[in-house]
Amino acid sequence: MTKTLIGQRVLRNEDARLLTGAAQFVDDVETPGLLHAAFLRSDHAHARLLGLDVSAARQRPGVVAVFTADDMGADWAPGPPLVSPPPTAKDVTFHSRRQVPLVKDKIRHAGEALAVVIAESRYIAEDALEDILVDVAPLEAVVDLELAMRPDSPKVHDDLESNLAAHLFQKKGDYETACKQADLILRRRIVIDRGAAAAMENRGIVADWDEKSQHMTIWDTTQAPIPIRNGTAARLGLSENQVRVIAPFIGGGFGPKMMMFYPEELVIPWAAKKLKRPVKWIEDRRENFYATTQERGQVHDVEIALRKDGRILGLKDVFLHDTGAYDPYGLTIPLNTQCHAMGGYDIQNFTTEVSVVFTNKTLVTPVRGAGRPQGIFVIERMLDAAARELGLDPVEIRRRNLIPPTAFPYEHGIIDQAFAPLILDSGDYWPVMQKALEMIGYETFVREEQPRLRKAGKHVGIGIAPFIESTGVGPYEGARVTVEASGKIFVATGVGTQGQGHFTTFAQVVAEQLGVEVSDVRLVSGDTAEFHWGTGTFASRGAVVAGNAIHAAASIVRRKVLELASKHLETPEDELELEGGRVRVADIPNRSISLAELANLANPLRGAVEPGTEPGLEATAYFGPRYGATAFGVHAMILEIDPETRMVEIQRYVTVEDCGTVLNPLILEGQIHGGVSLGIGNAYYEKLHYDENGQLLNASFADYLIPSATEMPRIEVGHIETRSPLNELGTKGVGEAGTIPVPALFAQAIENALADPQLEILESPLSPNRLYELMSQKEAG
Amino acid sequence: MAITEPTLPKLFDLALTVNGTRHEQPVEPRLLLSDFLRHDLGLTGTHVACEHGVCGACTVLLDGEPVRSCLIFAVQAHGRSVTTVEGLGTIGRLHPVQEAFRQAHGVQCGFCTPGILTSVVPFLAEHPDPSEAEIREALSGNLCRCTGYQHIVDAVKLAAQAMQAANEQSAR
Repeated sequence: MTKTLIGQRVLRNEDARLLTGAAQFVDDVETPGLLHAAFLRSDHAHARLLGLDVSAARQRPGVVAVFTADDMGADWAPGPPLVSPPPTAKDVTFHSRRQVPLVKDKIRHAGEALAVVIAESRYIAEDALEDILVDVAPLEAVVDLELAMRPDSPKVHDDLESNLAAHLFQKKGDYETACKQADLILRRRIVIDRGAAAAMENRGIVADWDEKSQHMTIWDTTQAPIPIRNGTAARLGLSENQVRVIAPFIGGGFGPKMMMFYPEELVIPWAAKKLKRPVKWIEDRRENFYATTQERGQVHDVEIALRKDGRILGLKDVFLHDTGAYDPYGLTIPLNTQCHAMGGYDIQNFTTEVSVVFTNKTLVTPVRGAGRPQGIFVIERMLDAAARELGLDPVEIRRRNLIPPTAFPYEHGIIDQAFAPLILDSGDYWPVMQKALEMIGYETFVREEQPRLRKAGKHVGIGIAPFIESTGVGPYEGARVTVEASGKIFVATGVGTQGQGHFTTFAQVVAEQLGVEVSDVRLVSGDTAEFHWGTGTFASRGAVVAGNAIHAAASIVRRKVLELASKHLETPEDELELEGGRVRVADIPNRSISLAELANLANPLRGAVEPGTEPGLEATAYFGPRYGATAFGVHAMILEIDPETRMVEIQRYVTVEDCGTVLNPLILEGQIHGGVSLGIGNAYYEKLHYDENGQLLNASFADYLIPSATEMPRIEVGHIETRSPLNELGTKGVGEAGTIPVPALFAQAIENALADPQLEILESPLSPNRLYELMSQKEAG
Repeated sequence: MAITEPTLPKLFDLALTVNGTRHEQPVEPRLLLSDFLRHDLGLTGTHVACEHGVCGACTVLLDGEPVRSCLIFAVQAHGRSVTTVEGLGTIGRLHPVQEAFRQAHGVQCGFCTPGILTSVVPFLAEHPDPSEAEIREALSGNLCRCTGYQHIVDAVKLAAQAMQAANEQSAR
């Protein structure tokens, strides 16, 4: 067997189509008779909807229909709960309040959909939005997390006692007892605010109901086509096989496209079926800022107990988590925060308590990182504070607390986002940190360069931040691998793809098993007509869960190929090898048979077959991990701050990742680079500014600044490989690794650059303006 | 609020050349060039991501100059020549810049890519041997959320080298 494809920098199968404009995205779908939808959205964040007059809109030439909540009649119902509260945790409070297709009585965030116009063109549909008269009674908006929890706060959901959406307490060991042995107890309040995922492609959906065949085809920018199919069928009273959902090429996901059943996903298929015409809705960028989910808002009250040598005895984290107007995604994000607040450190006593809070803001669901950056920010900030307090080097305090390699699998005794026990499966953390230190030249910088540069008046600082990334969670994914009559391979899997290179990495996995070229493997992902079991692309699980399902299916096909070839070549299987699309007898190259011939032999058109025979060289297999694989990494950075503008220039940026087996280093590096760019945005450029009325003040790319090529440094990527014992390939996910530690790293490096013991950074995101404010406040105070 | 009687807009007889092919079509004056290219001509390689000229995804060449097709009306291209990503190369015969993006993994989701390609092609025509800083400056009008730009920068360098080598070859 050729063991050469896994780990190779194989160029991508999908690129030629993407580079020539030939790849199909949702907005590229055109069907005969296509209608176009535009949504009327609320200007108010919190208001009673008293009435909608859509009569003038209905009369505008070119308008086919206008629908409000009332027009949906009995079909009006909130979206399904996507993630239920954890069944294994005791004393969980969870109030499920899900997004509605169109507002019926109460508006709960600015941008919430009130009505939909469907017209012959998008231009006409948007004209008609102007014709609609809206009657509302504005209410005081719930915006600030802490104010939201006061007894006198207005309520987002009137039927609840307060704005508390959920409450979850978890503990490990006994924090209070640990405190008694501590030499130092530090307390801090840490505030983290919201950012946007800002995928370049906005959301979109095309629904095409064919009355004659009673079949619905939906093209959707979703990361989870299979749940969308199942849920849509249930809502429309159709059989699942009457609905096909296709997630074609997707222009970036980063989490929010996972959120199954946005209001538009509830309305558009319903409208298409009602009108018996295909309907397209494409989100515009302004809508994306108001109606596509966001993340990160949390307020932490943290306590850490340490010995004077820097060893952590215990950690206590009590925090608020902003879920926005509804909570369809359950506790996924705060659970991730809880599971990452201990980082990669050996902490025996941990208490964590989260209150999830409803606010009159856009819904919160995972954005690349998904609660992990907040957890890492908390522990890394506390360790930096402790290092200062104890006079320890920031690297040394981390080294003393990292989980030792002998401790794996390391069981934390709390539950993770998949409600599975949090167990760190494998790793060897300190060498990863050592490699990062070497790559960035930590010792030389701290001892020689930094003192010299400081003397020259430069504000240069270094940071180093380790992190864990829980990845590859269940429940499962599946795949079908087929050797076609041409000898080429077809693979179908359920997960959608948003640029991760699945067409290539998955093809590598298959090609390695079947001895073909990577380019001879054609993969379809995210089309329920091709594969309809699975959940979706999220939580850095594609390469782990789908990757291993594909590996399992390809392995079975390999066995079938060898079995059949063995009969045909009259040679024992262990003397056969697969290479170049052929099975040949080892050492006798001219005794061979091609995969194409075998595929045809396996699917005879005439004659009898043995009873129980399955036709074809095909297999379907599934992979479901008992619990997720946990990756580890360290980022290090040297930056310089301009004392006038507070702009930062990143001079070096180093990452070292241990994500187990690397399938394709080229694609892995791309994932890291992109993750870091989102992380840099999170740390220093991007913040969603809501005013006290719940209005988003920077809802455009002119005002919400995502990093461009001139802000991004060159990123140096190093690898260390500890295979995961949880799956055959040994993979751990890496999709979010680039993003997770960046805000923590920035805070550390900025503090280090400013070298001012009075300045402590306890918030994220920062910005040049905010840094100026913090420095001025300190001087004033 | 008084609602004026909606009237159908007058159509304008647009004539222009797109990727070497002449098109004549009546269009509404308010039709954006991006919508005309994508939905009237079916050239869906041009992508729209911010609709206000910031992200660069919809960049096309108008008489060889890069423009944001979401910021101009189709009628403004009357009598002129437009090149979209479909006019650069084909799947079987990639433009050297496209090939370099493939080689350097300058593409992830591919949504911003067409606008980056149509920005890079004229940039390299003017700067055949650009420095990294020049490349980053040239790319600063195109947003990408997937790549962190590093492999895009590498791809532009690679394209410059390949195109220079090809020029030297043909000059000999």
